[in-house]
Amino acid sequence: MAEKISNKERMKIQRQSMPEQDPLIRRNNFSEVNLGFTEELAKMEALRCIQCPKPTCIDGCPVGVKINEFVALVADGDFLGAASKMKEDNLLPAICGRVCPQEEQCEVKCVVGKKNEPVAIGRLERFVADYERETVGIRVPNLKPKTGKKVAIVGSGPAGLSCAGDLIQMGHDVTVFEALHELGGVLIYGIPEFRLPKSIVKAEIESLSKLGVEFQTNAVIGLTDTIDELLLNGYDAVFIAVGAGLPYFLNISGENLNGVYSSNEFLTRVNLMKAYRFPEFDTPVFNCKDKNVAVFGGGNTAMDTVRISKRLGAKNAYIVYRRSDVEMPARAEEIHHAKEEGIEFILLSNPVEFIGNEKGWLTGVKIQKMELGEPDASGRRRPIPISGSEYILPIDMAVISIGNGSNPIIQKTTPDLQYNKWGNILVDEATMKTSKQGVFAGGDIVTGGATVILAMGAGRKAAAAINEYLNNSKSAILN
Amino acid sequence: MHKIFSATFIAPNIKRFTIEAPKIAQKRKAGQFVIIRINEFGERIPLTIADSDSEKGTIDIIVQGIGSTTKELNSLETGDTIADVVGPLGKASHIQNFGTAVSIGGGVGTAIAYPTAVALKNAGNHTISIIGGRTKEFVILEEEMKKVCDEVYVTTDDGSYGKHGFVTDQLKELIRTRKIDFVLAIGPIPMMKAVADVTREKGIPTVVSLNPIMVDGTGMCGGCRATVDNKTVFVCVDGPEFDAHKVDFKTLMTRNQSYLLEEKISLEEHECNLNKLQQHSVLTN
Repeated sequence: MAEKISNKERMKIQRQSMPEQDPLIRRNNFSEVNLGFTEELAKMEALRCIQCPKPTCIDGCPVGVKINEFVALVADGDFLGAASKMKEDNLLPAICGRVCPQEEQCEVKCVVGKKNEPVAIGRLERFVADYERETVGIRVPNLKPKTGKKVAIVGSGPAGLSCAGDLIQMGHDVTVFEALHELGGVLIYGIPEFRLPKSIVKAEIESLSKLGVEFQTNAVIGLTDTIDELLLNGYDAVFIAVGAGLPYFLNISGENLNGVYSSNEFLTRVNLMKAYRFPEFDTPVFNCKDKNVAVFGGGNTAMDTVRISKRLGAKNAYIVYRRSDVEMPARAEEIHHAKEEGIEFILLSNPVEFIGNEKGWLTGVKIQKMELGEPDASGRRRPIPISGSEYILPIDMAVISIGNGSNPIIQKTTPDLQYNKWGNILVDEATMKTSKQGVFAGGDIVTGGATVILAMGAGRKAAAAINEYLNNSKSAILN
Repeated sequence: MHKIFSATFIAPNIKRFTIEAPKIAQKRKAGQFVIIRINEFGERIPLTIADSDSEKGTIDIIVQGIGSTTKELNSLETGDTIADVVGPLGKASHIQNFGTAVSIGGGVGTAIAYPTAVALKNAGNHTISIIGGRTKEFVILEEEMKKVCDEVYVTTDDGSYGKHGFVTDQLKELIRTRKIDFVLAIGPIPMMKAVADVTREKGIPTVVSLNPIMVDGTGMCGGCRATVDNKTVFVCVDGPEFDAHKVDFKTLMTRNQSYLLEEKISLEEHECNLNKLQQHSVLTN
């Protein structure tokens, strides 16, 4: 039973900080930075929740986790019960607990947070998922009777996995197609080991396999099979969740010099191909040891990239961002961790030219200083160049981390889908239905680059709509 | 896992593999490639599909052992397996009846030129092939080319076989004597650049197939970017074939040397491991 303590007493408990690796040690390794709550810390943190009659935190969660209920179970010490409650709405909690921007979602809505710091919902989510996995193993829910319907899911990132998890529980057969040789999409190639250990991603995917989801790697839909071929070959519906996989470049001079990377390439080499363990693994990456590295951008991907370069031995590792730290889109925790690890932030600065030597290797970047003007369409203050402020920053490696456009492969091979001018697939926002019969889409291919949890929310929304579509088409056939 | 049905050296250090890949065999078109990864420690490397048999469900690739991955690949034998084969990737060659079409292959590049030569012939072109090699033993696929092409010319750098000289010498001679409507050139970058220089003067449409360093091969990483017509392209999704007269060969060459030092380290490690394996098998036998 929950300890009988008053709200006043609950409000007195300070937010529990999560144990983490010492910055000076962790910047030399790829092990996870955060070490997670102990049972005692978790219970103490959970006691801070005042169990609002109308829990506003749930409104902040894109997948509607029953936060008040699972937190109450944690406070009671029923950690496995809390895990089950969590998984009624989120089958991948160990991942979400690590990578969701909670401070902008559930925690920003937390009533406790109005006077004190909000309840650490993300840390509790992570604790509950880890507790279950480490004690009894990931338990899987019961399935509804088989419907005989088959769904193809294109892409095994967060949108695809969450959609697969829901559809299999609804009784449909599900096959997930992945272009790379490993499952998980951005969770594997993008987010580094020290933030999201790959063994955790694999364990959560394994739980979907246990439920009966089939996975096919090395299948580039559009080339290996087209969307039309999937529909012809027995799939009753298709969910396109291929992500935003085409890196933007700055389109400035010198961008094709050796030593200039996209974040996608740098991260894929390090995370997916394990270049940080070269030559044990065959794929190399730029040798950062004692070099100067600049990463251009202010999102989570930029933070991941720059923190990797430090771990690979960079002497100076810079974030170069054209706005100020207030406008930075990265999670607060990632910025904080980066600073602790010795990353230097060069703000209000924009690259205008890469400079190389006669052998074609990068030696520096010309940077122009910026000031902030009026807010732009994104609501953030627009950066304006200060003329005459240019200077050269000597660097050996540059990584461009300014977002991704949409991959052209599906578009070229499925012309009857509708796209916007950026190549994002157009869908009905309530159902994720595309203009093509039986085809749904969600995640970054629809929204442009966003977060893991938004993609998972889209996957779940699509699963509900696909379920309805399949049930209706069944009755249509019987009639 | 993809089984290797046959593995045969067709020139020193150049091996032809027939690999199980039924879906790719059905779908692939001339000019497309696969990415393969030998095992969990391996790199992903792009290789053009040289041929396929959709009934048997196999594709052929021809591999020159240069770096550690290609050397390791070339140590595989019939019955061995390759962990990952993904494709068919890239755009298919643009094929039409140009009139008289010349396909030029330099060294292992002939393996990449071959399927496009077949497609050019099938589209009704008078198809001429020029095969170049450093010496006689590096001239590959001559018999196969003879079966599909109307004319086949061979050049060797040292004159040990065919005509003494470069493929461009043969090309210039053809251009002098008749009207050439289309040229495809695939081989080492200096060769492709030399061909482009010859045909540019004459205004002959010319296509080259680029082979930059790739990781995913699906447009996701941008590592394979090249400069064509002063614009950045991703070879894996925008190519691999491009207008030879617009390719910035110098940047391509420089970018392909991004990992020279790492390639050396990897090769040493690889050869060291091979030696250990050999010693081990000597001891256990």
